[in-house]
Amino acid sequence: MSPIFYLLAVVTLAGALATVLLKHLVHCALAVTVAFAGLALLFLQLDAQFVGFAQILVYIGAVAILVVFAILLTRGSDLPKHGVFSSTWALGLAIAAAVFAVLGWAVIASTHGIPQQDNVPSATAHDIGIALVGRYVLPLEILALLLTAATIGAVIVAMHEKGKQQ
Amino acid sequence: MIVAFEAANSFSANLDQIFIFLRNWLVGFLPAAVQPAAAVVLDVIAIVCVFPGLFALTTVFERKGLGRIQNRLGPNRVGPFGLFQPIADGIKSLTKEDIVPLSANALVHFLAPLVLVVTVFMGFAVLPMGRNMVLVDMDSGLLFFFAMGAATELSVFMAGWSSRNKYSLLGAMRAVAQMISYEVVLLLSSVAVVMISGSLSLPAIVAAQNQYSGVFPHWYIFTPWGLAGFLMYAIAATAETNRSPFDLPEGESELVAGYHTEYSGFKFALFFLGEYLAMFSISGLGTTLFLGGWSAPFSFLQFIPSWFWFFGKVMMSIFVFIWMRGTLPRLRQDQLMNFAWKFVLPFTLLNLLVTALWHFMGEGWQRWVVCSVILVAAYALMGTISLRGRHIGRRSYRYAE
Repeated sequence: MSPIFYLLAVVTLAGALATVLLKHLVHCALAVTVAFAGLALLFLQLDAQFVGFAQILVYIGAVAILVVFAILLTRGSDLPKHGVFSSTWALGLAIAAAVFAVLGWAVIASTHGIPQQDNVPSATAHDIGIALVGRYVLPLEILALLLTAATIGAVIVAMHEKGKQQ
Repeated sequence: MIVAFEAANSFSANLDQIFIFLRNWLVGFLPAAVQPAAAVVLDVIAIVCVFPGLFALTTVFERKGLGRIQNRLGPNRVGPFGLFQPIADGIKSLTKEDIVPLSANALVHFLAPLVLVVTVFMGFAVLPMGRNMVLVDMDSGLLFFFAMGAATELSVFMAGWSSRNKYSLLGAMRAVAQMISYEVVLLLSSVAVVMISGSLSLPAIVAAQNQYSGVFPHWYIFTPWGLAGFLMYAIAATAETNRSPFDLPEGESELVAGYHTEYSGFKFALFFLGEYLAMFSISGLGTTLFLGGWSAPFSFLQFIPSWFWFFGKVMMSIFVFIWMRGTLPRLRQDQLMNFAWKFVLPFTLLNLLVTALWHFMGEGWQRWVVCSVILVAAYALMGTISLRGRHIGRRSYRYAE
């Protein structure tokens, strides 16, 4: 574990903690962007260039902006009256601990199954492209269908509002 | 990868690599352990000095150019022909009071120009500015560039929202909507180049264009799909950098100054710097993708250094940006968005098909004819359909009496 990993982990965790602890919603949205950036840098530290840059392009460039627009167009910037913690926080803590336990077990158990490899597997854009149209072509086509459905849904939602006004 | 260079004579080869030699000579004074790090630091210093210097030159260029287009002189007091005007502007912006509105969100207000300038500077790291003159030769260099462009949008929003000013917020929302729409166009028009070059690495794309059949170069702009792609890239680049005719977000006649209304002094200068650097960086990418990067326009002109061609092409693109600003009227927000989603985006997708057709038809004159016919016919068809039902009369002029 190199020092850079620890630094990036601290940045990601700080961003994630700030997201749930800050009062002002837009500050929380910007803090989650910092967490996304930390994740992207972790991917880059593992030499997964394509995934790292795609994380920046998609999460910071699109998802964060979507979150921010959603906040602005709905609730506005009024601060929560009762503080940021809900009354059922004990149940939330239990569920989060259970999810963490399952994920931790899955990660630790998987290291026994992988054979010892000395060299890092290559994950260049070329390899990802060949895998996408070769072995994983069915998930690619299903994703395309899903995206088309989402686009058509967005157009219908926008058109419906215009129809209502008339 | 190091590109070998057979020059007509060794003088032009040395002139071509003069900055590399200079850097290696300077780094040679340091102990061997720190030499790689020192080389990178020197490269970064070079980029941070050269591009803001070009920015200063461009501000004078723009004001004089716009002035001449509008039948007036432009700045002509400071220095010969007004060339020292940027120094006066710099001193002015440094000495102005830094006003932050009382109800503004101070931290986000402070961070917005920083995020903008940092992400725009990062984009320069992957541009090949000459033979062997790229800061980081990444395998996914193009993807890195677009990732930095996407992060720029967030800073625009941060600036507009944190100012607690309805004009700023409106300007920021319009800017972000425009930038997202045209980013799709930008990406798709670059995908055509990636399809033909077979690589996301920018030096590899330039190397693929650095070939000559006889005298003429293999730049992608000289192919039908390349010309269409370049035109759409240019439109998207103008919209991404919020330049006229897409500058409604900072519409000076409507929104005061859009998302940078509440910024004064040096923070405003940083926004200005960020906008112009984004223009340079996106022109640099357009040059690399379509205009052959640092390669010379004719094979007998290769004795002129490669960095001269790169910066010459970038400055020509800046000149076209300034020309468009002085000539074209501003587009309304809904016209802008309609144009992106209903015209340019379908045309970009058609361009991808035509690029694939170009690749699979193999060499010969047939592919030129087929690709050109498809693109021109589609353009004419879409234009006819959009203009149907609109009565455009004869142009009439009204002169001042």
